[in-house]
Amino acid sequence: MIIEALIAFTFVSAMAVLLAPDEWAGRLAFALSLVPFLGSLFLWARFDGSGNALTGGELAFETQIDWIEVGGYTIQWFVGLDGISLPLVVLTAFLVPLAIVSAWTPIDDRQSQFYGLILFMEANLIGVFAALDFFAWFVFWEAVLLPMYFLIGVWGGPRRKYAAIKFFVYTNAASLVMFLGFMALVFSLPVETFGLPEVTQSIAAGELGSFYGIPAETIGLVAFVAMFAGFAVKVPMVPVHTWLPDAHVEAPTPASVLLAGVLLKMGTYALLRFNFTMLPDQASTLAVPIAALAVISVIYGAMLALAQQDLKRIVAYSSVSSMGYVILGLIAFTVYGVGGATFQMVAHGLISGLMFMAVGVIYNATHTRMVTDMSGLADRMPVAVWILVAGAFAYMGLPLMAGFAGEFYVFVGSFGSPVANGLMPVFTALAMFGIVIVAGYLLFAMQRTLFGPFRLDTDYELGRAPRRETLPLAALLVAIIVLGVAPDLFFEMIREAVVPVVEGGVN
Amino acid sequence: MSVQQPSTVEPLAALPAQTGAAPLPEWTALGPVLALVAAGLLLLLWDTVFPNRRTNTELSVIAAVGSLAALALSGWYLAAGTGRPATGGAITLFAEAITIDGLALFFTAIVASVTTLVVVASRDYLTDHETPGEFYSLVVLAAAGMALLASASSLATIFVALEMVSLPSYALVAYLKENRGSVEAGLKYFLVGAVSSAIFVFGISLVYAATGSLLLSDVAAAFGDLGDLAGVAGVGVVMMIAGFAFKTASVPVHFWAPEVYEGAPAPVSAFLSSASKAAGFAVAFRVFTEAFHLGGEVTAVGIDWALVFAVLAVVTMTLGNFAAAVQTEVKRMLAYSSIGHAGYALIGLAAISAGGSHNGAVMGASMAHLFVYGFMNTGAFLFIAMVERWGVGRTFEDYAGLGTVAPMASVAMTVFMFSLAGLPPFGGFFSKYFLFAGAVFNGFWWLAAVGALNSVLSLYYYSRVVKAIWIEDPTDALAAVDSRPTALYGAVIVAAVATVVVLPGFGPVIETAEAAATALFG
Repeated sequence: MIIEALIAFTFVSAMAVLLAPDEWAGRLAFALSLVPFLGSLFLWARFDGSGNALTGGELAFETQIDWIEVGGYTIQWFVGLDGISLPLVVLTAFLVPLAIVSAWTPIDDRQSQFYGLILFMEANLIGVFAALDFFAWFVFWEAVLLPMYFLIGVWGGPRRKYAAIKFFVYTNAASLVMFLGFMALVFSLPVETFGLPEVTQSIAAGELGSFYGIPAETIGLVAFVAMFAGFAVKVPMVPVHTWLPDAHVEAPTPASVLLAGVLLKMGTYALLRFNFTMLPDQASTLAVPIAALAVISVIYGAMLALAQQDLKRIVAYSSVSSMGYVILGLIAFTVYGVGGATFQMVAHGLISGLMFMAVGVIYNATHTRMVTDMSGLADRMPVAVWILVAGAFAYMGLPLMAGFAGEFYVFVGSFGSPVANGLMPVFTALAMFGIVIVAGYLLFAMQRTLFGPFRLDTDYELGRAPRRETLPLAALLVAIIVLGVAPDLFFEMIREAVVPVVEGGVN
Repeated sequence: MSVQQPSTVEPLAALPAQTGAAPLPEWTALGPVLALVAAGLLLLLWDTVFPNRRTNTELSVIAAVGSLAALALSGWYLAAGTGRPATGGAITLFAEAITIDGLALFFTAIVASVTTLVVVASRDYLTDHETPGEFYSLVVLAAAGMALLASASSLATIFVALEMVSLPSYALVAYLKENRGSVEAGLKYFLVGAVSSAIFVFGISLVYAATGSLLLSDVAAAFGDLGDLAGVAGVGVVMMIAGFAFKTASVPVHFWAPEVYEGAPAPVSAFLSSASKAAGFAVAFRVFTEAFHLGGEVTAVGIDWALVFAVLAVVTMTLGNFAAAVQTEVKRMLAYSSIGHAGYALIGLAAISAGGSHNGAVMGASMAHLFVYGFMNTGAFLFIAMVERWGVGRTFEDYAGLGTVAPMASVAMTVFMFSLAGLPPFGGFFSKYFLFAGAVFNGFWWLAAVGALNSVLSLYYYSRVVKAIWIEDPTDALAAVDSRPTALYGAVIVAAVATVVVLPGFGPVIETAEAAATALFG
C-alpha cells in the first residue's frame, strides 16, 4: 500500500497547492514534494523484489485488486515495482522538488495552478512506472499529458500555443496507435485480465491466436509495430521527434526539466516493457530497422544540435541523440545492453535535467538563450557556469559520471549483441560517432557563451545566480557523480530485472 | 414473460426486503416516478398557495429533493437487485403496461441525476425571472415522464409517456419568452416534435393493426405469423424508428437539435440533451429487444433494424462530429457534439445480431455511456448557463481567459471536455472503450473503427474550448464575470467530480448496465 499512499498523497498535495494562495504556493509545493521523495527513498531502502515484473519475478510493494469485471475480462488495480521501475520512480521523486525550486524565479503568474499541475503530473508519473495493469497504466500515461499540455500552453514562451497543441496532438495520436496495437494483442490471447505480467507470460507460452481471421504472426507483428510507433513518438525517435524541440523551447524551465528528465523515459520504459519484454521475437525480427533508426536518431539528433543557436534547442536535440543510445541498448538484447539502456534512462534524466536547469538559470539572468548574444559568462556567474560545464562533461560521457556508466554499458552490450544478423558491431561503431559530435557542439557552445571576454546583448544587469537557483544544480551534479562512481546502486537491481528479458530475446 | 394479474398483491422477492420486515408492496417499484410526480405537484401547489411568499430557492429545493428521492430510490432498487432475473424477474404493473426491471431503474437513475443537477443550477439561472414555479414543475414532471418512458412496456404507455416528456419540453425551450431565440427554438421544437409524434403514433397503429396488441410481449409473439400483414408491420417499425430518432436527436430527425439546444435556456439544453436523450434510448432499447427482437420473427417482416441503426449510427456520429468541428459558438458546438454522442449510443442497438455473444455487453456499454454522458454533458451545458448568466458571450473567442477569473468552474469544464472526447483519466474514456470493445467482440469492428475515428476527431473541437479557457489571453469581456452563483457552481462541480469519480468507480456502473441489458436478451 506504500505506492498507493505515495500517489494519493501527491494527488492531495496537488489539490492543496491548487487552492493555496499564489504567494506561498511554490514553497508549499516544494515542502509537499519532499514527502514523495522521502517515500521513494524508503521504497528503495525496503526494496525486496527480484527478477522482472512481467516475466513472473518477485514484485516489491505489490497490490492487486479487481477493479472492473465485464465482458469476460477483469481490469485490475495492479501496481508493484521491480528493478526497472524503482530507479525511475526514485528519479521522478528526486527531480520534481528540484524542478519546483527552479520554478521559483521564472514563474510569477498563476503560481498555485502551476505548482498544482507539477504535483499532479508527479502523481501520475509514479503511477505510470508502478502500474502493471494495462488500464491502470494507460490512465496514468494519458493523465501525464494533460498537465504538460497546460504547463507549456499557459506558461510557455512566445510560440507556446503552437508548441502545446503540437505536443498534445502528437502524443495523443501516438497513444491511440499504441492503444489499438495493444488491444489487438490482448484480444488475440486467451487471457482474462489486462495485467501486463499475464499478457507477457501468455505470449511467451505461445498462446497468441488469431482474431477476426487474422493469423497470429500478423497480429504479433502489427501490434509490435503499432506499439513501437506509439512509443517512438514519446521517446522521441527520428523521424517523429519534431514536436520535441518546439515543446522544449517554449516550455518553462521546470517543465523542460520534467519533460526531458522523466517524460521521455516513459517512452523508453514502455518500449522496454511492451515491445521488448512482451514481444521479443518480433523485436528480434525487426532488429535491423530498429537499430538503424536508433543510430539515425543518435547521429541526426546530434547533427541538428550542432546547427542550433539557441541553448535550449541544443539540449533538446541532444536528448533525441541520447535516447537513440537507449534504443540501441534495448534492441541489443544483452544484459549490458538492456541494463545499460535502463541505467542510461536514469542518468540522462539527471543530466538533461541539470542542463535544462542550468540554461534556465542563465536565461533568468540574461533573458536570452541565443549563443550569439553572449559570451564570457563564466566571469560573472561562476558557480552556475561551472556546474553547467560539469553537466556538459557528464553529457559527453566523462568517466566517473553517470553518463559514462550508462553509455559504456550500452556500447559494451550492443557491441557483443547477437541480434541483427551480426550487424550490431557496425551499428555500435556508427553510434559512437555521436559522442564525438556531442562533444563538438557542447564544447563549441560553451566556448562561445561561457568563456572569452564578457559581452551581453540584452539590457539586463548580470549578477551572480542566487543560491536557490544554484543549489538544485549542485544537488543534481552530486547525484550524477554518485551514480557515476557507484553505478551498482541501481545497476545491480536493474541487471536482475533485465536478465529474464534477455533470456526471452535471444533465440 | 409471465402473465401477471395486476390485482394480486403478493409479496415479491424482487423488491428490496429487509430481513424480518415484510417485503414492500408491488406498486413501490414505481417509487422513483411517484417521487418525481409528487415533487412536480407539490411545486405547483406551493406556487399557488404562497404566490407572494415563495422564493426561487424554496422551489429549487423542493424540485431537488424530489429528484434526489427518485435517484436514491432507483439507486437502492438497483443495488437490491429489483427486477433482476436472480430476484424474481421484472415487476409488471397495470396489466403489463409498465415493467420495472434493471433497464428501467438504470435509466431512471440517469434521468434523476440529471434532473437534480439541472434544478439546482436553475436556482441561479432563474434569479431574474418572475415565475420560476412553472419552470421547476415542468422540469420535474418531464423527468417523471422520462422515468415512465423507461419503464413503459406497452406501446400505449410508451406514447403517453413520450408526450408527457415532449409537452413540458416545448414549454421549457420557449421559457425565455422575451428572448427571440428561445421562442423560435420552442416553435421549431414543437413543430418537429408534433410531426415526429404523428409519425410515431402512426407507426404504433400499424404495428397494432398487424399484431392486434399493444403489449410488447404480445407484439413479439404475434410477429411470428403475420401473413399478409407483414408489410404493414414493417412500415410500422420503420416509422417508429423515426420517432426514436427525434427523441434521441439522431439522424434523420436530428436537425432540430442545434437550433433548440442553442436557443433554449442552457439548463433546459442540458436537461434535453442528457435526460431526454437517455429516455429516448431507454424506450428504443426496450421496444427493439422485446417487441421486435432479431431472429426469425423480425426477418419475417423484412426489416433488419440492426442494420438500419448501424447506418444511422455511422451517419449520426460522423455528421455530429464534422458539424461540431466548424462551429464558432460553444453552445452550438455542444449541440452538435450531442448529436455525435447519440451516434455512439446508437452502437448499442446497431451492434446487435441475432446470435451475437456480446449483445448484452454492447447494449450495456451504451447504457453506461449514456450514464457518464449524463454527467459530463449536463455539466458542460451548465457551465454555459453560468457563462450566459455572466453575459460573457457565446463564441470560442469570448471564452478566452475564463480560467483566470473562474478557475474552479474552468477546471470542471476542462474535465467535461476531455471526458466527452474520451480521454483518460475521465469517465468518458471507459464508457467509450467498453462500447467500442463490445462492438468489436460482437463482430462489428467497422462500427468501432468509425466510432474511434470520430472520437479522435472530436478531440479537436473539445480542446478548442480548453485552449480558449486556459491558454488564450484574457479579453475585456471577462469584466462581466462579477458573481459566483453558488448553486450553479455547486452543480457544475458535482458533475465534474462525478465525471472523474466514475472512472475508478466504473465497475458497478458497467456491471449493472450489462446485467440489465443481458436480461433483455434473456
